[in-house]
Amino acid sequence: MLELASNKGERSADPALDTSPLAIRGLTVSYGQKPAVFSVDMTVRPGRMTAIIGPNGAGKSTLLKAALGIVKPLSGQVRVFGQPLDAMRARIAYVPQRASVDWDFPTRVIDVVMMGLYRELGLLGRVLGRHRARALDCLDRVGMKDFALRQIGQLSGGQQQRVFLARALAQGADLYLLDEPFAGVDAATEKAIISVLKGLRAEGKTVVVVHHDLATVRDYFDDVFLIATRKVAEGPVETTFTAETLQATYGGRLATAQVDQLSQALG
Amino acid sequence: MSGSEFVPLSLTPMLIGLFAAVACALPGNYLVLRRQALIGDAISHVVLPGIVVAFLLTGMVATWPMMLGAAGAAVLAVALIEGVRRLGRIEPGAAMGVVFTSMFAAGVLLLEQSDTSSVHLDVEHALYGNLESLIWLDATGWASVIDPEALAGLPPELMRMAVTLVGVGLFIALFWRALKISTFDEGFARTLGIRTGVLGLGLVIVAAVAAVAAFDAVGSIIVIAMFICPPAAARLMTDRLERQIGWSVVFAALAAVLGYVLAGYGPLWLGGQDAVSAAGMIATVAGLILALAARFGPCRKRAGAPAV
Repeated sequence: MLELASNKGERSADPALDTSPLAIRGLTVSYGQKPAVFSVDMTVRPGRMTAIIGPNGAGKSTLLKAALGIVKPLSGQVRVFGQPLDAMRARIAYVPQRASVDWDFPTRVIDVVMMGLYRELGLLGRVLGRHRARALDCLDRVGMKDFALRQIGQLSGGQQQRVFLARALAQGADLYLLDEPFAGVDAATEKAIISVLKGLRAEGKTVVVVHHDLATVRDYFDDVFLIATRKVAEGPVETTFTAETLQATYGGRLATAQVDQLSQALG
Repeated sequence: MSGSEFVPLSLTPMLIGLFAAVACALPGNYLVLRRQALIGDAISHVVLPGIVVAFLLTGMVATWPMMLGAAGAAVLAVALIEGVRRLGRIEPGAAMGVVFTSMFAAGVLLLEQSDTSSVHLDVEHALYGNLESLIWLDATGWASVIDPEALAGLPPELMRMAVTLVGVGLFIALFWRALKISTFDEGFARTLGIRTGVLGLGLVIVAAVAAVAAFDAVGSIIVIAMFICPPAAARLMTDRLERQIGWSVVFAALAAVLGYVLAGYGPLWLGGQDAVSAAGMIATVAGLILALAARFGPCRKRAGAPAV
């Protein structure tokens, strides 16, 4: 045992770092003076759907962006499937917030989905028929195949969101990170997205979603991660998504009436 | 017009104008989409201190030191703009405004303080260019195009501009896919492992080099116009980036050739005596093309509102 421990160094002290699809330790991110995320630990469990929940400005998106290397953390460690992020990029798919891009950009739906094949195609690789077929198949899975040749600005918000999801599917990843995929979408889109995500889970993929709708947490997710700049709680929905943890996460911002309502819904 | 008149007097200026226009329009597509089109203005101002410093160091008015000085100043400005933008957390337009006015002011002070009054540092030349003077005196007609002796007398600006255009084209062809993804969705591009900061800096440096080469040949008016007008007009013609870039090349070439011809012969057709500035006319034609595209282009509706 002693020999094993010395061989593996600090790894054996925290086995989740070696096995979890996404393990974060001591992550602090700051924009200017005020930290957006402070000393957060997170351990995502494989093959499950995890919701990141918290009030506006609680650092949900920032946590995701730091995990993906989009924003630079002040400190902390990120491990993806036991490896540093850069070694595992091919196994991660990302769906940014819909509002983060200019949908007036001159491109078509199919071209956006093809962007998901970048790691496969590389800088100069030729686009072959099978690449196009895969992009179309991903569009089909989100019910957008008929829109392949549309300019992206002609789509509704929900359709744009589905195109982003199709792009992530094209990445063929094992870990899917989605930033507010249900924000401002129609009911049909929400249903289509959740059924695709559940399909991924059935294939053994891991899904992490920044989520804002407390009413659907119980239906959609296996695990929750509650954050208000610092981590509040983490664990299975049944045991962790409670009136107490919600009150601790949202503080006065969540009206007592809402908490009561949720407590009833939670039984 | 016969070849013996056209080839020596008009062929080279027209080609130089054409190469300069296309070399600026190509990166301009990405700059416009990234809301960085003002960089053309910025670079046109910051080259002044670069040229003055180059003159002070070398003591002569020669092309290469001046171009190196200008390019150095442009790259320094690009780095400063990025620095101000990141440290100050302000939008790129404001960062450009701060940097280029300060550097231009420093250039004016430098010019005034140093003993350059005896030398003719021609600011006007930098602004309007001397396209009409880039003639090919060794040419006698179309036959000169394959005559090595006559070709040796080609104005050096032609070769410089051609090499610049090839360089710009290579950069865009090589990084086509990465440029497109990072221009559309920078965060996503980073998760793919694309180094968007380096790529963005590379794009602006390529634009700066194209601008400096074009200043030397055709002046800053064409540069500023070509960074914006052909790409903006092209955007109104199509909803696909590939085609937008094609259209921007067509518009830039059209503006260069038509502008040059109109400047040389337009006043004569109207009964006037003298030709007008070719650089000014080329920029004007580019503006007119943009106006026409804004009025008649098929994709001029802002997409913002959903159609379904």
